[in-house]
Amino acid sequence: MNILDMTAVSLAAAIKNKEVTVKEATEAVLAQIEKKEDTFHCYVTVDREGALRKAEEVQKKIDAGELDGPLAGVPVAIKDNMCTEGMLTTCSSKILGNFVPTFSSEAVLNLEKAGAVILGKTNMDEFAMGSTTETSAYGVTKNPWNPEHVPGGSSGGSAAAVAANECFYALGSDTGGSIRQPASFCGVVGLKPTYGRVSRYGLIAYGSSLDQIGPLCKDVTDCAAIMEIIATHDTKDSTSVERKDREFTSALIEDVKGMRIGIPKDYFGEGLDPEVKSAVLKAAEVLKEKGAIVEEFDLSLVEYAIPTYYTIAAAEASSNLERFDGIKYGYRTEEYEGLHNMYKKSRSEGFGAEVKRRIMLGSFVLSSGYYDAYYLKALRVKALIKKAFDEAFAKYDVILGPVAPTTAPKLGESLSDPIKMYLGDIYTISVNLAGLPGLSMPCGVDSKGLPIGLQLIGDCFNEKKLIQTAYTYEKARGAFGRKEDK
Amino acid sequence: MANIISDETIEYVGILAKLELSGEEKEQAKKDMGSMLDYIDKLGELDTEGVEPMSHVFPVKNVFREDVVTNGDVREEILKNAPGEKDGMFVVPRTFE
Repeated sequence: MNILDMTAVSLAAAIKNKEVTVKEATEAVLAQIEKKEDTFHCYVTVDREGALRKAEEVQKKIDAGELDGPLAGVPVAIKDNMCTEGMLTTCSSKILGNFVPTFSSEAVLNLEKAGAVILGKTNMDEFAMGSTTETSAYGVTKNPWNPEHVPGGSSGGSAAAVAANECFYALGSDTGGSIRQPASFCGVVGLKPTYGRVSRYGLIAYGSSLDQIGPLCKDVTDCAAIMEIIATHDTKDSTSVERKDREFTSALIEDVKGMRIGIPKDYFGEGLDPEVKSAVLKAAEVLKEKGAIVEEFDLSLVEYAIPTYYTIAAAEASSNLERFDGIKYGYRTEEYEGLHNMYKKSRSEGFGAEVKRRIMLGSFVLSSGYYDAYYLKALRVKALIKKAFDEAFAKYDVILGPVAPTTAPKLGESLSDPIKMYLGDIYTISVNLAGLPGLSMPCGVDSKGLPIGLQLIGDCFNEKKLIQTAYTYEKARGAFGRKEDK
Repeated sequence: MANIISDETIEYVGILAKLELSGEEKEQAKKDMGSMLDYIDKLGELDTEGVEPMSHVFPVKNVFREDVVTNGDVREEILKNAPGEKDGMFVVPRTFE
């Protein structure tokens, strides 16, 4: 088998069995990057020397029996909003164009401890604000299924890198759908874990009450294995939750008998592409044939999720992004008169249009006189949305629906109308508001040859039910992947 | 558009956001913010009387720990990221006369 076609878990097994060396795997994927980057542009930074050096170190530890985990020796790509010690971390923004962190994020450290070889940092929408990876200050990433289309966003570089075999798996972050939607557009598996499952330490914050790190990978088995490594309790993140149920691979069971699956009718209304609808419902049918109890229900409040989200996310962004002031790190303007002018000019020149749009909106909804009417109102609606999910999960184990209303749009079609772009987040966004886990996996290809995503949503800390359902569906669906243009 | 954003509002928000927008950017920001607020006004349809604002989805409590330094001295590395550095300190513009 071609090394590049292996999943992360199968590659680690091959390394363990001495069929492949870590160096061979790393060289193979670096060669693929060399070959494909001109077309897809998944990375902001590729650390060739660092990866090759690490490959040798990891190989020694594997040979000495010090490392024997399920992902030891597997090369990985990291979204460029996670700090990596000594490696450029830009958040795809001009304002962090020369930022080299002095520490690594906890999720990255966990991967390194498990023997990961870090290949580099993947492209994203600037500060994770966007759904297409087109707001990056470092160029546009293309969809490996069709380079005329976007890979989705904001973790578009991570999703595209997995789909293009430019890594074996990747980390992304999801604030309103930023793992699940690009996973859907690129035909890979993506999981946004329950809020608090994975430490956010070292993740450059966008909307702190919504942000969560998670895997983008080739199949559900990889997803479970990665989760076991990154889902740790971390005292450096005060929202990190201590949990014992971390044996996610134990949920890789091909069985959904008696699993109660709810399909929200509100997710299948106006705006949903008919091809997406039929592929998602077909997946539900497959699970029903496997013994799941599938029924429709009214989730309610779906149309209120987007305005709630944009209020809260913009408010948190305006506060979080205050730290970029041209003093301690990042970009500083050339000419200025005094401190405040330096702040303003550095920020105005350093941030892109979408980031400024959200900072402005966030500053407004938090300003005196508007705080109650907008920000607090949104937090109240958030409570109602959470309650609607609580009621749904009293009846169902898993909620099933589409990830996005359409497959990947063409490049250049989305940014001109922000509200239209925001509407594309309608099925993913409420999951972040309610802190729930959500998994995206491919369930078909449309007539344009682009992958269609299926979304499975679970109650808080019920990732295992998602993994079990996804694994069962994956086995029934059979192999799914882009035909590599060999 | 129901929400008309005035020049004064955009100026004021620019001060809060520490952003200096060009004339063209200001006009665009007025339009964008107006249409976003129109959209957000949809939340007004919902009766939230008596609903507590939810900042956290789980009942969370303060997490305390001893104030102990656990990281090493990385001053030099930190200062390497600074746009202005002198004698081991950040250089900032004069802030008072």
